[in-house]
Amino acid sequence: MSKKNWPLWEIFIRSKQGLNHKHVGSLHAVNSEMAIENARDVYTRRQEGVSIWVVESVHITASNPDASEELFEPATDKVYRHPTFYDLPDEVKHM
Amino acid sequence: MTDARQLSLEENFQGKIDREIKIEPKDWMPEKYRRTLIRQISQHAHSEIVGMLPEGNWITRAPSLRRKLGLLAKVQDEAGHGLYLYSACETLGVERDTLLDQLHTGKAKYSSIFNYPTTTWADIGAIGWLVDGAAIMNQVPICRCSFGPYARAMVRVCKEESFHQRQGFEILLTLSKGTDAQREMLQDAVNRWWLPSVMMFGPPDADSPNTAQSMKWKIKRFTNDDLRQKFVDVSVEQAKILGVTLPDPDLKWNEERGHYDFGEINWDEFWEVVKGNGPCNKQRLDARRKAHNEGAWVREAAMAYADKQEQREAAPFSKVA
Repeated sequence: MSKKNWPLWEIFIRSKQGLNHKHVGSLHAVNSEMAIENARDVYTRRQEGVSIWVVESVHITASNPDASEELFEPATDKVYRHPTFYDLPDEVKHM
Repeated sequence: MTDARQLSLEENFQGKIDREIKIEPKDWMPEKYRRTLIRQISQHAHSEIVGMLPEGNWITRAPSLRRKLGLLAKVQDEAGHGLYLYSACETLGVERDTLLDQLHTGKAKYSSIFNYPTTTWADIGAIGWLVDGAAIMNQVPICRCSFGPYARAMVRVCKEESFHQRQGFEILLTLSKGTDAQREMLQDAVNRWWLPSVMMFGPPDADSPNTAQSMKWKIKRFTNDDLRQKFVDVSVEQAKILGVTLPDPDLKWNEERGHYDFGEINWDEFWEVVKGNGPCNKQRLDARRKAHNEGAWVREAAMAYADKQEQREAAPFSKVA
């Protein structure tokens, strides 16, 4: 690990019990312990977090924005996945 | 790439901007958009880090524990802001050491306001009130800029910045109710920090060639002169509460415009400071280079330690040199 920069980590914070972790940004650290402590100092100075996840940026695979149309195409013509596709009379309650 | 394809990509890109669809790091973007953002975001980050220096100067001499806590927290926040911005900048495909080299070699700029000295405690109050005030006015619109990571970083920054301005104003309010010497110190600081703060918004629109493109790409949402006028209007009212006179004899309410008129700005000083001839330019860069060089052993030791730990975990029973 003799590069000029420490590895880059993506930081995810759970702000409150019951919520999911959200991506908040990145930082450099030499290992996961340091990444967590740095994330605590950079992203939770005002009690914004109850839990931190750190992932080395190289381990994140992102879908290609240029291929978004093809990737998400299957859902575009499946309107029957939505409740409004189904016709029910008004008398049916709680549905 | 054919010209037709390039044109179609640029049209799609501009279409997204026009429809307020955010641009994210891996989206196609014109090379000039990428380079403009790298320059602007990194210089914004450098400004935060260098901005820690004039205020750090007074941490050991803050007049009370409350003041020391507030100032420490503010300076710590500025470090954090620099880090949010470096992080946003790096999403555009540039590495941290490249950005730091640009700062340390003088290739990159940072906000020229930080090239002024903090000679009295009142300067700390003036910085909070005026410099952070101007920064907030600049930064709030950027929360809606077209580039996702920059906009999101600005949202965090703006949330934190409001305590900075209140801290500064509270310092000045305390001085304004104090002894004659304290009130003189307050007026003296305002005399020195007013004009440089007004100049923080950059040259007049007519002399700002990049503004049109930045506004078309929604990196910039308001012009320099618009923001400057807003700042003056707001600050004049706040100055009345402090009982200070702003050092501009031409400041006058203009009923017709619904704004305060202010004096013609002599931009020579601004350009001199930008060129490197301000009171503290050399000091600031020297301090940053020194910190970076003297911290090299810490960075190397941390990496060596992490490597050693990794090797130990991989082969727990082998000897590690």
